[in-house]
Amino acid sequence: MASSGQTVLQFSSSSTSVSARVHPLVIFNICDFYVRRADQAERVIGTLLGSVLPDGTVDIRNSYAVPHNESSDQVALDIDYHHNMLLSHQKVNPKEVIVGWFSTGFGVTGGSALIHEFYAREVSNPVHLTVDTGFKNGEAAIKGFVSINLSLGDQQLAAQFQEIPLDLRMVEAERVGFDVLKPTTVDKIPNDLEGMEASMERLLALIDDVYKYVDDVVEGRVAPDNDIGQFLSDTVASIPKLSPHEFDKLVNDSLQDQLLLLYLSSITRTQLSLAEKLNTAAQIL
Amino acid sequence: MAAQSRSFLQVAATEEVAPPLRVVQIEGLVILKIIKHCQEFSPALVTGQLLGLDVGSVLEVTNCFPFPIREEDEEIEAEGANYQLEMMRCLREVNVDNNTVGWYQSTLFGSFQTVELIETFMNYQENIRRCVCIVYDPSRSNQGVLALKALKLSDSFMDLYKNNNFTGEKLRDKNLSWVDIFEEIPIKVSNSALISAFMTELETDTPVRQCDYDRLQLSTNPFLERNMEFLIECMDDLSMEQQKFQFYYRNLSRQQAQQQAWLQKRRTENMSRKAAGEEPLPEEDPSNPIFKPLPEPSRLESFLVTNQVSNYCNQINGVAGQSFSRLYLMKALHED
Repeated sequence: MASSGQTVLQFSSSSTSVSARVHPLVIFNICDFYVRRADQAERVIGTLLGSVLPDGTVDIRNSYAVPHNESSDQVALDIDYHHNMLLSHQKVNPKEVIVGWFSTGFGVTGGSALIHEFYAREVSNPVHLTVDTGFKNGEAAIKGFVSINLSLGDQQLAAQFQEIPLDLRMVEAERVGFDVLKPTTVDKIPNDLEGMEASMERLLALIDDVYKYVDDVVEGRVAPDNDIGQFLSDTVASIPKLSPHEFDKLVNDSLQDQLLLLYLSSITRTQLSLAEKLNTAAQIL
Repeated sequence: MAAQSRSFLQVAATEEVAPPLRVVQIEGLVILKIIKHCQEFSPALVTGQLLGLDVGSVLEVTNCFPFPIREEDEEIEAEGANYQLEMMRCLREVNVDNNTVGWYQSTLFGSFQTVELIETFMNYQENIRRCVCIVYDPSRSNQGVLALKALKLSDSFMDLYKNNNFTGEKLRDKNLSWVDIFEEIPIKVSNSALISAFMTELETDTPVRQCDYDRLQLSTNPFLERNMEFLIECMDDLSMEQQKFQFYYRNLSRQQAQQQAWLQKRRTENMSRKAAGEEPLPEEDPSNPIFKPLPEPSRLESFLVTNQVSNYCNQINGVAGQSFSRLYLMKALHED
């Protein structure tokens, strides 16, 4: 008799090649909420906002914490609060929608499945982010999960949390401020020239590294990698070939333009101080 | 310092003069949020509210939330207030500091010194003792500078503004010039230990990712061009204000000449009357229109415009300085 005698435990393949991109603001937010949590709460739970890009990547841009109560067998989430915050955030930025939820703490616990189900009702295929604030294993682990359904034949058995690759991205402007964000306190925001200096130092370090690498390869200490070699030669070749005369002319022209602007702005400032003296010093009587 | 050992009750009870604000301490979280919000809506200008604590001579900003963009003014007034209350209530529930300490706004090329800014300051000052405005310029950040400034109205200026009196003598009395309107306060950034641990972990080791190439870009021309455009417009405004003053002074001197002439006539008339034995006429005649005092135009606008011009000049200086370094770098690179 042909029957569905052998049912196979099917793992749906990770055809959901979902990956997530996390903006550092989200991490900051989560850490901040964790630091401010109520004393008896062990972990913080909240909603992730963002958008889904056309190629399937989930872009996580913002987050807010949701008060919750957790005991050994049940989890209570303040749903009204969640909706209120969502509405408020959407007033500012209507493009940000719920894309998942986060929790601090290592790994996934039993209660998480329930919460995940709740979020699955709000959005299809939510992403679950865990941020390990306890530094288990001595490192900061940020993991993202999606839930895959384990099915036995037609029956659904359980949901498995499968890890997805995460990408920590920083917008250019944020990268500029990154030095400022790293240490515990910074005394002042670096101004133009200091920032310039920092950039140039980094460039110098980069060039030094490359130099060392090439040296190593030439002396046979490191196995040569064709790709890197190709890349390096492309880079060096991309310096435009200009005759020294033309190049000097270019540089000098730009220098002169900048000097002209500096001169103009100095004149303007002198004019300003003169005008001010005239305006307020004039006496009518 | 003895001040730090006093309890909160004691401080609240004694109504003493607050120490002047010296430093604004911002958390990294707030900076990131401001950057993100302003960047998303650039070039539109956006605002938001700052929350935090006011401790001694340091104003700590620990959180912020953005304001939705207002479309029409009237009906959204109530909604705006509701939104604010809602946000503050929700944030209170997660233990975020609920104290408004100011607001932030984005600006374009540094053109933020307007009368609206002053009015907003005055509004805030009525309710909060110390408030600060943080101005962020996303266009400059594309050049690779974190353009964040904390501003406060200077006290002497606020007194003047309340009386709405900007005549020359008053200003001379207080020794107030256009530099004194806004005070810039230095910003200190602080991060909780947890966050700095995270960031240190997550930072990639190779300098490849870290190198912020945008700062080393050679083409600053569009930015400088727009800056110059704005500068020129401002100069036009300034010259208009100057003309207004000239007009006023000319009128004033003309009026004075008229007054003198009239006075002379009166005096001769009186002399003739005295000779004829009649009552001398009064030497002043308030109903005569030439005695009407001319209103002196307010210098507020010109001060603001001057401030803006100086801002643009500073920016140009900064960018030009950067460009010099870049050009010399290019030169050195090419010499090999």
